[in-house]
Amino acid sequence: MNMINLLLFPIIIPFFFAMILLFFKEQVVIQRVLTVIGLALSLVASIWLLVTVKAEGIQTVTLGSWPAPFGITMVSDMFSALLVTTTILITFFVVLYSFQSIGIERERFFYYPAILFMITGINGAFTTGDIFNMFVFFEVLLIASYLLIVLGGEKRQLRESIKYILVNVISSALFVIAVAYLYSIVGTLNMADISVKIAEINQPGIISVLAILFLIVFGIKGAIFPLYFWLPGSYAAPPIPVLTLFGALLTKVGVYAITRTYTLFFVHDIGFTHQFLLVLSLLTIVAGCIGALAYFDLKQIIIYNIIIAVGVILFGVAQMNTSGLEGAVYYLIHDMLIKAALFVLIGIIIYVTGTSNLREMGGLIKSHAALGWFYLIAAFGLAGIPPLSGFIGKLLIVKGGFEADNAFGSIVLLVSSLVVLLSVIRIFIYAFWGPQNPDYPLPVTSKRTYRQLMAPAVLLVLVTVAYGVGTEWLMPYISDASDVLRDPSIYINAVLKE
Amino acid sequence: MKTNDVILQTTTKVVFFIIFLFSIHIFFAGHYTPGGGFVGGLLTTGAIVLLLLAFDLKTIQQILPFNFTIVTGIGLLLALGTAAGSIFFNVPFFTHAFDDFTLPLFGETSLHTAMLFDSGVYLVVVGSAITIIQSIGGDD
Repeated sequence: MNMINLLLFPIIIPFFFAMILLFFKEQVVIQRVLTVIGLALSLVASIWLLVTVKAEGIQTVTLGSWPAPFGITMVSDMFSALLVTTTILITFFVVLYSFQSIGIERERFFYYPAILFMITGINGAFTTGDIFNMFVFFEVLLIASYLLIVLGGEKRQLRESIKYILVNVISSALFVIAVAYLYSIVGTLNMADISVKIAEINQPGIISVLAILFLIVFGIKGAIFPLYFWLPGSYAAPPIPVLTLFGALLTKVGVYAITRTYTLFFVHDIGFTHQFLLVLSLLTIVAGCIGALAYFDLKQIIIYNIIIAVGVILFGVAQMNTSGLEGAVYYLIHDMLIKAALFVLIGIIIYVTGTSNLREMGGLIKSHAALGWFYLIAAFGLAGIPPLSGFIGKLLIVKGGFEADNAFGSIVLLVSSLVVLLSVIRIFIYAFWGPQNPDYPLPVTSKRTYRQLMAPAVLLVLVTVAYGVGTEWLMPYISDASDVLRDPSIYINAVLKE
Repeated sequence: MKTNDVILQTTTKVVFFIIFLFSIHIFFAGHYTPGGGFVGGLLTTGAIVLLLLAFDLKTIQQILPFNFTIVTGIGLLLALGTAAGSIFFNVPFFTHAFDDFTLPLFGETSLHTAMLFDSGVYLVVVGSAITIIQSIGGDD
């Protein structure tokens, strides 16, 4: 069956279910059931899309039956199809985790619709082939995230959401300004067409300026050095399931946008633009490492690990060779999965101990052995110990760095892995080893809740393990994705065919 | 002390309908002249806000017994439904259709599915704007 609208299904289905949920504000059970059904259907659609893209190449549809540069084109290449599938998969597990952890009060106030609207925005931003449409989908996901960050109305959430909204409003305004500049130069908004037009004028100075402006815009969203300042405070405020969604998905949209623009638009003056990206990505890694070691707070340690990962992925992108880009794609998906798993696991640790301060914990392995071992697997996966999922991605990125004569950067990357390992193992040692801290007895928690929290966490960890062990089977998909990034003409031909 | 605002309330009763009709006019004229779902919706909201100023929140909720969150939801469904109808004909999403019809009262009329999408926008704008005003105004 030939379905030309197939690539829109992962966007439309969550959108549709979010609307339906608006009618059932108070009926929490109906909301839960519908959300799970909606996400399951989206997951099926996205896997179907993935198979289709693998079999038939890049899928495009230009909305409203208009010819390509004039209508809004939606483009699903392997890179975006993989990201869309990962997004829905993670959301599915986080929603299961939410049932026990988010609390009925939040569920009754548009929690699930907000998640589904956010997924709509994220999938849309991954799929769109139009730069202004990307802005619109950014706003869709941001406005839903504003609700999620403030939902509950705790004092800390109110304070941090003001910062979060302020920063994002400013970066959105910059995004519009950047699109306006770009439009005044090339006269088109279709991303494939922009790429053609920039190649025609051979990237004069003004386009390089724009490249930096786009890096600033997406850098604020994706938290690169020195624009990450808002992230640690804001992400620590909302409850764990929301933090998991933010940490696993939101910054990655910024990273995706940088990757897309820096492999499709700004490829004619790599000496300047990509060098700039390279330096910033290394500084991002360093800043993240410092933060990850500095804290004794579970949430902050993992939050700073997000920043490190953003730096690692962008370092891969900045190489612009096969290994670097393959590594970046592989590592991006790995990082989404592993961050979701880690946040969910530390959420359980916080639930069990009643605190997020490492100094007040100890001896959990005696009472919660499964939690401890799954946390250890996830921690090793994050640090990149073979055969777990973090290994191949980082290996390819480091290889790409050496091939592109950025030996120094590659060494920084390898050292950062040690820091990452140290930061997450510290959690393991403090929380699970040693005797139970006598000053801080464990609060009374329900075994049933604990088990229901563990189920999605265990499944997520198993997915990351499968992602690492199954590298051999996944590599064709990853290399399809990086081929499009390395050679923009594949993308352009798919969109502007005939 | 209770103020007597009989002049305001009487004027409102007349002016409300003028504004409301104008908003409907703006809404329907959107395809050929400036206007459309967004301004139409805002004008309708403006008319309702005038009612809110002249009377109080409770009275208005009795006159217009809608849950405006639901109105927003219906509007969204209408907009998405119009765009998604194309899926069933296997043409690209958002492909609109139009044709000329001879209607009993209006005679020769061109009907376009963009109209349905615009009605969705109209309902979303009215629903969300009134929700904002009601929840801020009803907050003690």
